[in-house]
Amino acid sequence: MDVLKADGVAVFRGERLVFRDLSLAVPARGALVLAGANGSGKSTLLRLLAGLVRPEAGRVLWDGEDAFADVASHGRRVCYVGHQDAVKPGLTVTENLRFAAAVSGRSVRTALAAVGLEALADLPARMLSAGQKRRLALSRLVLSAAPLWLLDEPTLGLDTAAIERFGGLLAEHRASGGMVVAATHVPLPLADVAGLRLG
Amino acid sequence: MRVFWAVLARDLRLSVRHGADTLAALLFFVATASLFPLAIGPGPETLGRIAPGIIWVCALLAALLPLDRLFGADLEDGSLDLLMLSGLGASGIVGAKALSHWLVTGVPLLLVAAPVAVMLRMPEGGIPALLIGLLIGSLLLSLFGGMGAAIVLGARRGGVLLPLLILPLVTPVLIFGAAAADAAAGGFSARPHLLLLGAMLAAALPLCPLAGGAALRGAVE
Repeated sequence: MDVLKADGVAVFRGERLVFRDLSLAVPARGALVLAGANGSGKSTLLRLLAGLVRPEAGRVLWDGEDAFADVASHGRRVCYVGHQDAVKPGLTVTENLRFAAAVSGRSVRTALAAVGLEALADLPARMLSAGQKRRLALSRLVLSAAPLWLLDEPTLGLDTAAIERFGGLLAEHRASGGMVVAATHVPLPLADVAGLRLG
Repeated sequence: MRVFWAVLARDLRLSVRHGADTLAALLFFVATASLFPLAIGPGPETLGRIAPGIIWVCALLAALLPLDRLFGADLEDGSLDLLMLSGLGASGIVGAKALSHWLVTGVPLLLVAAPVAVMLRMPEGGIPALLIGLLIGSLLLSLFGGMGAAIVLGARRGGVLLPLLILPLVTPVLIFGAAAADAAAGGFSARPHLLLLGAMLAAALPLCPLAGGAALRGAVE
């Protein structure tokens, strides 16, 4: 049973048609990797699936029903990690996660431990390196209770150990019934994936 | 509702951490209001007569200062996407942001307005009406400001556009707010003016977040 389905969607950015007649399906425990040249619309497709961008044509379905009938509650079904880390330099590492923790009710400490940042919990986020900021952004995935993870170049700036650990998180999420849609240029630590080429 | 408080708590935490930005609006208010006695002369006759107008205009301009960062900072670092996906709807986010703007800018302005009024030698009888008017008026400024900030979000030179958009919208607030203080200072009842301000607040409370939410959806696309 496919949980997430897109049916002939088309998206315009301003005057430019990014893609059209695009269809995809992701079953429970499924993973879909988006490939394509720069500017082929991978990020736009992720934002579309998140409900941030509206399709000009076509439909996005969740369990067979229109996913965007209530956009606000669709947001609760997805956890989106964009190419920006959304890290506030003035707050500490823990404080950066407070909001996500308040929304989901999960523990910040567990999330930091899952990405190996627990030792830096009280450090201001401006002291973090680019890779550590990325890990902080990825720790929101662990905090969120959402079944669908939307990842835009998730491993950018990560070292091999962190990528391996991230692979473990992905496997765990899928084992518990979650789905992953990721846009990437490098191979992700994902087994048994479907691919979609854009552009 | 829990997410609403989470957004508010997050914004307040950020404001406390960036204390200098928060204080800037307040200092701007005090500094501009203190320029008037220097420019007009310290004579209590003239100064006391125009004090309500001075305080209202200065408060209005000071409240505008933090608005372009209200959503701007979150749009730039990607946090706005996360807020939009938090399950609270876009209008709720605008409402929470407007409330945080009021708590961080409006309430401190309200607290220093009375000492500034005394400094400008405003007749004592008018000060309660001035403060009640400012209480309602600052809420209105935050609501209109939150809506305006969402509308200009993503526009080039949004910071310049914002006052041009908001100032015409808040002129009725200014007129009735200053008139309430004037009336009370002159020995008349401030009630009709304050009631009109209250009516504006009742209309703006649902409408501004609604319009701002629609604008926010467009901005993140």
